[in-house]
Amino acid sequence: MNFEFTEEQLMIQQAARDYAQRDLIEDVIERDTNSIYPAKHVKALSELGFMGMLVDPKYDGGGMDTISYVLAMEEISKVDSSVSVIMSVNNSLVCYGIENFGTEEQKEKFLKPLARGEKIGAFLLSEPEAGSDATSQRTTAEDMGDHYLLNGTKNWITNGNTAGTYLVIAQTHPEKKHKGINVLIVDRHSPGITVGPHEDKMGMRSSDTHSVMFNNVKVPKENRIGEDGFGFKFAMKTLDGGRIGIAAQALGIASGAFERAVKYSKERKAFGTEIANHQSVAFKLADMAVKIENARNLCLKAAWLKDQGKPYGYASAMAKYYAAEIAMEVTTEAVQIHGGYGYVKEYHVERLMREAKLTQIYEGTSEIQKIVISRQILNEF
Amino acid sequence: MNILVCISNVPDTTTRIKYTTDQKEVDYSGVQWIINPWDELALTRAIELKEANPALIQKITAITVGKADAEPTLRKALACGADDAIRVDASGVDSFYTASQLTNAIKDESFDLILCGIESSDFNGAAVGGMLAELLDWPSVSAVSSVNIENESVKVTREIDGGKQLMETGTPSVLIVQKGIALNPRIPSMRGIMTARTKQLKVVPAVEAAAQSHILTFAAPPQKSACKIIDAENLDELARLLHTEARVI
Repeated sequence: MNFEFTEEQLMIQQAARDYAQRDLIEDVIERDTNSIYPAKHVKALSELGFMGMLVDPKYDGGGMDTISYVLAMEEISKVDSSVSVIMSVNNSLVCYGIENFGTEEQKEKFLKPLARGEKIGAFLLSEPEAGSDATSQRTTAEDMGDHYLLNGTKNWITNGNTAGTYLVIAQTHPEKKHKGINVLIVDRHSPGITVGPHEDKMGMRSSDTHSVMFNNVKVPKENRIGEDGFGFKFAMKTLDGGRIGIAAQALGIASGAFERAVKYSKERKAFGTEIANHQSVAFKLADMAVKIENARNLCLKAAWLKDQGKPYGYASAMAKYYAAEIAMEVTTEAVQIHGGYGYVKEYHVERLMREAKLTQIYEGTSEIQKIVISRQILNEF
Repeated sequence: MNILVCISNVPDTTTRIKYTTDQKEVDYSGVQWIINPWDELALTRAIELKEANPALIQKITAITVGKADAEPTLRKALACGADDAIRVDASGVDSFYTASQLTNAIKDESFDLILCGIESSDFNGAAVGGMLAELLDWPSVSAVSSVNIENESVKVTREIDGGKQLMETGTPSVLIVQKGIALNPRIPSMRGIMTARTKQLKVVPAVEAAAQSHILTFAAPPQKSACKIIDAENLDELARLLHTEARVI
């Protein structure tokens, strides 16, 4: 077993760290407070290749492995998960889905601009009444012969307004239940699409979350990914990989808060000494460090399995579940170590705590991850 | 035109420097290595110049004097945009030794411009650039804060006391650059990182060169004393402490 990173993986980690700590940090509080979309950072990260880092270079991607992706996601998420979620959705849901299941024509037409970051993608699965229960899709894609007619509403869509390319999951054959679901590549500017107002969220406030309404939107038949009825399987397979991204994001939120807590506890004095010298604080730091190391190992194992072409759904569910849970715990403790300063925006940890909460909810709640994990256990043993 | 950028492989600037127990050497265990920040800015400017004028500038070469463990630093230079790299297989001893190794390594190459950071962030010698120019018998300009190339003319700005000095030089020459030469160091792109592995990194053996100095001992700076916060209203107390404790007034 080898725990060493390659020179290239370390270089990617450093590049992400340099960008996050030098540029991303600058306006993060203002962007969060005022829900400002991080357009300039998305552009800069696209130019550096982060938005399509997992895509094969022949489709204009970075050609990096999933381990590098975890390292980069952690570094960006230490500073701003509103940005890393854009990176995650684009890389591990939209680009991954088209690259692995799309036709050559679809890759040429849709994947390349997404991999270059010229267009950003959105993954439209959740609905007002279908979140965790993804089989209950009410959005319909009616087969009209040479095209589909899309009707319905999608909720909580990251990049909902800024995306140029949507991957829409919709029901074509209700009688077949989840086996009648399709996935369609949809131009965001197609006639009949209405984007709802920006969601005023608790955390990740500068990411662009909207509901999206489809009213008789015509989608060419050639924009369907896979065979008729492949949509649900597509969503599940793609979300397996997406979980690694969000697990790495949760890991970054935790390690970002931890690094700030360590620094603060070595500077802040109480009762005549730095608070790190008080066992109550030092033990908190020890607990946080162990949890973060566990989460990191789970993320890297899931990434390694994916890179090796081995099944990784179980590992990615474990990584996502555990990293999200400890992100909440670690950020809460980081706020506690900071005391009153932790409760104000200037010290960043309250924002990280707000961001952590979302990682327990989106791309499969912690409870859904436990379903995935427990089903696998019960099938195997 | 070919540009050479001299790269020093230095400990990350946030490293807590430790010494061996006999205080004769730096303890490098656990140290993260980076491109010396001034050299990184020099490299960034060289890349910017090549991007702005690819017809004029054909090649950027990064060079360092160091053992094999310095190669990740050179690979980063390649990932940032250097076209090839040279490593002189030697540990730095002093500035003259380093300058001698650099001079020998490039004697058969054809460079028109050499950029060196003004100093390295570890030993702060601020001598290699000047020595290199002298050993090559090339003109050099120190403390350069901006550089532009127009045809064969090299226009530079130097920061001087109370203002700026604009100068023109030709090629070949050595520019010893300082902060301001580029706004921010270049962050390597995915494409750059991927192509770095295919770029040439030539290893050149060290030559005999006599060091002109040797280190007797190292000493850590005294620990900073605790910070005292004086109430904004209590100016008398502030004045008293500055006078009796800090002894600065």
